[in-house]
Amino acid sequence: MLTAQLLINALVLGCLYACIAIGFSLVWGVLNVINLIHGSFIVLGAYLAFGLYQWLAIPPWYAWVVAAPLFFIVGYGLQRLLLNRVITAPVLVTLTLTFGLDLILNNAMIYAFKADYRKLTLRPPLGSLSLFGVVVPVDRLIATGLALALTGVLYWLLRRSRVGRAIVAVRLDRDAAVLMGVNVKSIYATAFGLGAALAGCAGVLMALIFPISALTSSSYLGKAFVVCVLGGLGSVSGALAGGLLLALVEGIGSATIGPSHATTLSFALLIVFLIVRPQGLLGRKGFE
Amino acid sequence: MNRLHLALLLLIGCIAALPWFGGPYALRLGTTACLYATLALSWNVVGGFAGYPSFATAAFFGFGAYATGVLLTLGLPLSLSILLSLLAALLLAGLLGAVLLRLRGHYFAIASLSLVEVLRELVNNATDLTGGGMGLNIPLAAGSGILADAVFFFYAMWAVLLATALMVIGVSMSKLGFGLACIRQNETAAGMIGLNATLYKSLAFGLSACFVSAAGGLYAAWVHYIDPSDVFDILYSVKPIVMALMGGIGSPLGVACGALVYLGLEEVVWRHYIQIHSGVLGLLIVVLLLCLPHGLLSLRLGALWRRARHV
Repeated sequence: MLTAQLLINALVLGCLYACIAIGFSLVWGVLNVINLIHGSFIVLGAYLAFGLYQWLAIPPWYAWVVAAPLFFIVGYGLQRLLLNRVITAPVLVTLTLTFGLDLILNNAMIYAFKADYRKLTLRPPLGSLSLFGVVVPVDRLIATGLALALTGVLYWLLRRSRVGRAIVAVRLDRDAAVLMGVNVKSIYATAFGLGAALAGCAGVLMALIFPISALTSSSYLGKAFVVCVLGGLGSVSGALAGGLLLALVEGIGSATIGPSHATTLSFALLIVFLIVRPQGLLGRKGFE
Repeated sequence: MNRLHLALLLLIGCIAALPWFGGPYALRLGTTACLYATLALSWNVVGGFAGYPSFATAAFFGFGAYATGVLLTLGLPLSLSILLSLLAALLLAGLLGAVLLRLRGHYFAIASLSLVEVLRELVNNATDLTGGGMGLNIPLAAGSGILADAVFFFYAMWAVLLATALMVIGVSMSKLGFGLACIRQNETAAGMIGLNATLYKSLAFGLSACFVSAAGGLYAAWVHYIDPSDVFDILYSVKPIVMALMGGIGSPLGVACGALVYLGLEEVVWRHYIQIHSGVLGLLIVVLLLCLPHGLLSLRLGALWRRARHV
């Protein structure tokens, strides 16, 4: 029974991890930028959901309709105005730039919302579902379902839509994409905007489950790192695989050697993966 | 040894004269300046000479702080504790470097960032040895007065800075420095002409970690109390990079000047905008990267210098 509960927990958490990571993975894969502001975007999304519920009584499962376009615009603007200027610079420059942006956003959030932890409490509470002795809270179930839906939407977008195909083309071969008439700068901005929108939506879902504070942004970012490296970069299925693997490892680790070691375990796994299998579970080799 | 190296040593010599001119505040500032310059110069060995974007400075800073802290609580004298944590960091970083520096670009950056997290969590969980999240109280040195203590720690930190500068100058003049420059420009080609890249990179990583660790140890003894979120703060990894970017990556003199300029800015920001200081730091980073990508020294002064020479 414990095993079944462990597996279900890992499944639920894994989908959420994947949802945290897909935006990050998209930006890393397409733009070759490690987007350190991702964690703060997630927290900002969570605050947005909190505010919408608190003042306008819009429940989080509708809030993402507001969050997605808003974050897309912010991300698009950020890339157009700032990041595109240094996009060809070495890793150090883009990484440090996004770190600077993250400092600004995070400090602004602490200043505006204070560092207190807040929790979005649904009225009335949704309770939990019990099936054959396995207990799953309903809010987590909803968040997981939405996370899967979001992942599905991104997958469809990249596979079927014109913009999505252009994004994939730029990711595979930038120069060839330019020769085919793709406007790379605009595609970069679109990809970054999509990444931001996904972060915002992930934040909305997180607000359903976890307490909200600007101080949690680095732990979201850490999860995104690990999931990306485990699963492989830039692919939606990779993010899902990585998220599930991470949740499973954390779950088993917490159950066997104690929850305080779960983070250590996940980062140790990250380093091992980087060294042994840098392309991840599902990634292709040859991406720097 | 060229003129820039001499200028660096001269600059460090000037810092040593500080206790004759300033009060306790100047001493505290001077100690921090030596600390920052040590971190930035050390980072420059891996980040500047070898061109690997390392975010591991905080890992070794925290490692040194905790190694020294634990050794001091065991009753060892300060000098021996610092020396031991320096050697331990050299060894640890050399071994880790051989593994981690096989990664390139983004992967190396992520791995070095995770190193900080892993060490912090390990220290957090080893409650028996390190006190975990409650932090570690470090016994006071046999107190000979507050001011005398401040002067002592200033000169100790200054000595670490001097040792770092000599190490950096030594590296840049030796075959190691040349090899690292080859690795930065084209690692595959460097391997082709028979350069043992793994050995060179491990050495560079070890050298860049050992003085950071010593500085961390001194910091722990100086402030008497450390906790994991303080000494394993990722900002200790990022600040040296910002300093190096300010001064111009690769040039030791530029990096040291960058550290001093950065400290000045930080002090002003702390004093006036305590609520939003990290936001201002972020803004500084963004403006610096977008407007002055090659640092303060290289831009105007460089042009003036060249023009003056041709005349």
